[in-house]
Amino acid sequence: MSTPEFSLWIFISSILAGFLGSLTGLGGGVVIVPVLTVIFHVDIHYAIGASLVSVIATSSGAAAAYVREGYSNIRIGMFLEIATTLGALFGAWLTTRIPTHAIAIVFGVVLLYSAWASIRIKEHLHVSGPPDALAARLRMNGTMPIPGATPQPYAAQRVPAGFSLMFLAGSLSGLLGIGSGAVKVLAMDQAMRLPFKVSTTTSNFMIGVTAAASAGIYLSRGYITPGLAMPVMLGVLAGSLAGSKILVHAPVKTLRIVFAVVIVALGLEMVINSIRGTL
Amino acid sequence: MQLTDQKLEVAIGRMLQIGVMLAAAVVLLGGILYLRQETGPRPDYSHFTGVAERFRSPAEIVTNAFHGRARSIIQLGLLLLIATPVARVVLAAAGFLVERDYLYVGVSLIVLAVLLYSLLHSV
Repeated sequence: MSTPEFSLWIFISSILAGFLGSLTGLGGGVVIVPVLTVIFHVDIHYAIGASLVSVIATSSGAAAAYVREGYSNIRIGMFLEIATTLGALFGAWLTTRIPTHAIAIVFGVVLLYSAWASIRIKEHLHVSGPPDALAARLRMNGTMPIPGATPQPYAAQRVPAGFSLMFLAGSLSGLLGIGSGAVKVLAMDQAMRLPFKVSTTTSNFMIGVTAAASAGIYLSRGYITPGLAMPVMLGVLAGSLAGSKILVHAPVKTLRIVFAVVIVALGLEMVINSIRGTL
Repeated sequence: MQLTDQKLEVAIGRMLQIGVMLAAAVVLLGGILYLRQETGPRPDYSHFTGVAERFRSPAEIVTNAFHGRARSIIQLGLLLLIATPVARVVLAAAGFLVERDYLYVGVSLIVLAVLLYSLLHSV
């Protein structure tokens, strides 16, 4: 295969990955890494390098749209970014310390978890309890806009639990070159009891900063290769912007299930290949 | 004019969008040049060796990009992309300073320090 032909295939696959990633809320990174390694036989270090830059692009590209809705909370996001960026440094450091097949196995497991999480995602209605002393001191509260009603106040709870989960989310992001939005939402929605929409939009905001923390390390280690990162970044960005535009009209539930099946297949393939030692 | 969190976030969101579009344009330019030059067989990415040193250091990337080297131009676009969230944190810190929220100025500066450590120091 010639270089332009190969780049075109990667570009088309990346558009699809970005498109599906944004429709399902999983993000393009989770999809493109197994596609690159399993289908195109790219070493996982180059795959996560290309994926990570596409993650920064989609997070930042979508930010303007999310902000307009008024759900994201800049203080909660910024505070938790201390945990995610430190985690990202740790994760990027881990990529040099653990063998390639171990990275692939962790990736496969995260894929399987993401597929499961994407199907069971529901909006939780939390009883707005009193905020912890820590959350109050950190001013981790806000009001959530509700169309046609008075804005509903909310406050964060269990900040240490959320902070720890965010460190995990950052580590996975740095280790696997993904946004790990699913874990970030888990930390805010489940641990800190924030409203679901606040969690998802704030998570999107945080993904770019988290990814930037490991991107510097990836760059200096030589994981980011221009010939591969170029079609991946442009494709995932285009695909995810298109996905977010048609999100309102798409039969999301059916798509989620179809997509989850694809993800499970890719995840299993990655785990099996790495155990056999062919990845 | 009162600076509210909502206004600050809108400003940040717009800045991020401009950063990404600029980065994508530079990557696209480099990509077009790259594909016009590289018409041979596809590169083999199946074994990790790390890209050449000149694609790793920001200073060398910038120098080579301004000499019109295709792959360095792609890397320059990716550098701009990585810089975008960093700029976001700087803008947020400035916004908190205007709001006189010194606690969150400090929080933003910690995040900024971690980001700069990663960019300027290879672990």
